[in-house]
Amino acid sequence: MALEVEKPACQPPEANGRLLPQLFRVESRRRETADTFTLTLAPAGSDIQGWPFGAGQFNMLTAFGIGEVPISISGDPAEPRRLIHTIRAVGAATRTLCRSAPGDIIGVRGPFGTSWPVTEAEGRDLVIVAGGLGLAPVRPAIYHALAQRSAYGSVELIYGARTPRDILYYHELERWRGRFDVRVHVTVDSASAEWRGRVGVVTKVMAQARFDASHTTALVCGPGMMMRFTVQELLSRGVSADQIFVSLERNMQCGMGLCGHCQLGPVFICKDGPVFPYNRVKDWFEKREV
Amino acid sequence: MNQTFLIESSHLQQLLEALQRRGYAVLGPTLAQGDLVWGELHSSAELPVGWGTREEPGFFHLVKEKSQGYFGCRPGQHSLKQFLFSPDTLLWRARREGGNWRLEVPAASEAPYAFLGVRACDLAALEVHDRVFSRGRYLDPLYQERRNRAFIVAVNCTSSGGACFCASLGTGPRATSGFDLALTEVLEEGRHFFLGEVGTKQGAEILGGVTHRQATATEIAAAERLVAGAARNQTRVLATGGLKEFLYDNFENPHWDRVAERCLTCGNCAMSCPTCFCHDYLDSLDVTGQVAERRRHWEVCFSVEHSYIHGGAIRPSPRSRYRQWLTHKLAAWQDQFGCLGCVGCGRCITWCPVGIDLTQEVRSLMAAASPAAPESAGEKEHGDH
Amino acid sequence: METIEALLAAHPFFQGMSPQHLAAVAGCGRRVDFKAGDFLCREAEEALDFYAILSGSVSVEIFSARRGPLTTATVEDGEVLGWLWFEKPFHWHLDARARQVTRAVALDVGMLRSRCEADHDLGYEFMKRYAHHLAVQFRVTKLQLVDMYGT
Repeated sequence: MALEVEKPACQPPEANGRLLPQLFRVESRRRETADTFTLTLAPAGSDIQGWPFGAGQFNMLTAFGIGEVPISISGDPAEPRRLIHTIRAVGAATRTLCRSAPGDIIGVRGPFGTSWPVTEAEGRDLVIVAGGLGLAPVRPAIYHALAQRSAYGSVELIYGARTPRDILYYHELERWRGRFDVRVHVTVDSASAEWRGRVGVVTKVMAQARFDASHTTALVCGPGMMMRFTVQELLSRGVSADQIFVSLERNMQCGMGLCGHCQLGPVFICKDGPVFPYNRVKDWFEKREV
Repeated sequence: MNQTFLIESSHLQQLLEALQRRGYAVLGPTLAQGDLVWGELHSSAELPVGWGTREEPGFFHLVKEKSQGYFGCRPGQHSLKQFLFSPDTLLWRARREGGNWRLEVPAASEAPYAFLGVRACDLAALEVHDRVFSRGRYLDPLYQERRNRAFIVAVNCTSSGGACFCASLGTGPRATSGFDLALTEVLEEGRHFFLGEVGTKQGAEILGGVTHRQATATEIAAAERLVAGAARNQTRVLATGGLKEFLYDNFENPHWDRVAERCLTCGNCAMSCPTCFCHDYLDSLDVTGQVAERRRHWEVCFSVEHSYIHGGAIRPSPRSRYRQWLTHKLAAWQDQFGCLGCVGCGRCITWCPVGIDLTQEVRSLMAAASPAAPESAGEKEHGDH
Repeated sequence: METIEALLAAHPFFQGMSPQHLAAVAGCGRRVDFKAGDFLCREAEEALDFYAILSGSVSVEIFSARRGPLTTATVEDGEVLGWLWFEKPFHWHLDARARQVTRAVALDVGMLRSRCEADHDLGYEFMKRYAHHLAVQFRVTKLQLVDMYGT
């Protein structure tokens, strides 16, 4: 029988939003790292007031004439009047998007996909482990948790990047770290002598995180290898597999489970994910060539 | 029990005309440049009268038959997906207007389609595509629009081909549902008629414009005998019991390496399969840079690009791509859509240049998984379709 | 001022060790303090101590003539630095430098070894923890090597 799937937090508007991009204007573009930029988008017409989305969902962004790519929404879900997307320039479409100037028009379809369980995790300790660009899809969940801070037990954020220059949202990390009610650990894989912070992989830093494993919900987002080892570390600390959430990635072209590209075994990453509880995908997670 | 009727073969043309009067574009099998294709029929004479087909792994022949049947040809490469989910579709166009883009959507397709000569396997494939495109969380509006307006005249097979295995899956050779009208062609003892069945109200309305009468018990029996014979003649079998769990457990089965030695990853099987639905989206810009288009076109999971994400393909090896196609169609599909992805039409076997037979590959995988267990070849099992 | 024994008992590396064994290990130890910039060890120096870091931060470095000191990892409070050497006098193969005020317990490796030889139960307890520490180091080093964040 077909798998039961949770309805996503927000769905695209009927008919039109499914296949046709909505027009958005680039309001600002900000460089995060050498090849990564954050775009802030505002609706181009007056018929769209806001774009409600759940933390963890993504949009399909169109660079007209060049291509369309899936990009996680990185803004605050409490602020749906603007769409914030952090994009790494790796191909023709993303390079074009990263070169956008304020005023340029971009097409948006979405929001698609499942969300981080920020509401279900209330009352529990929250551990967020992100690596590299993986901080972008989980940032909306961080915003939510910090805004609803008292709903959670302890909140720990562990972030790893390749080098200090690859750290995403550097100043925001500093601000979060400055709060008295959340613990933020940042580490890099390699660094020159000027770097005053930790050097070592995220899994090593996890030994420093403090949480009650049996009452913890963990959100994990980053390169596949990083998620794989982080999940193992969480499991060995006693966090249960249905309380560890991962965000998976595949070639996604339609966002609707119709084009067939994003399949991982029986699930479609675009509509059954990209956020999954680990126990749902553990038989397929990082299975070679699947 | 559907209402039955009889149409003399000479009156088949009236059926076409009744459909044309209603505004349908009648599509059916026809010969074009020596090939069997589906195209628009302007008269019943354009059907491949007097022709038949022979299918074997890797071979498809058109042969001249002794009798002058209209529907002696079993399915070629084409299926309904050629029209309801066309190989190349324009999704939208955008024109640059100063600093802005203005989107244009192509108008809905013109005439509705009336499909004349749909085999039971292809009807089963239509039901599968209905699940994929119109019963999931997201619908495909293009498929919906064409599908809802389509009229279906099914044709029950009176002989089976060398690649057919619909009987083992319960998807044929007799069409049991999903049609407006169904016909069985009977050519024997100097008689040539169609034993028909009404499936829907629309079917009955169209039938009203065609000369027809009640069928006698003998005539009904003649038709049923032919269809039953077609079922009996099938030699190929796909055992579906426990197939999903077996394939999920056998991703490292040694037999994948052996089939990978033969598979060219050409994707012919996926292209001709009536249930395969993978497609690509392609954005382009005209030479002036003022007009952008997005088109949708068929893709196959056999291509390396299919699984490409930044950094590389998830499935670089032919072994992993053949495995993906087979396990998706026979296992994951069941979890995704609640049915098997295969309808037993045999096209993948016929149109594979090296004649790979997925029913045999399943048996080989099972044999390779437990060398001690006997092969399940020859056992007929009706699958959970 | 806490005893060496108490400091080791509170250190994660020695968690679960019996008071008897802890006392034997503590007998090999002494408190050491480093200022920022002090080297805990230098490449090619004879290796005599195994460090249990109590507080602070140490960078493990390889010096390159062209690029200067390259940090391969940082070692923080609750972690350990050093190898167990048996037989010949061995040498450090990396530099380790304190990045800020760092306090540690330095265990004399020669003394530790002879106590482990005399009491094999102690030896086993120590080797168990040391083997686990090495396994973790290998795993995390390999992750650093393959560059998890590479495209």
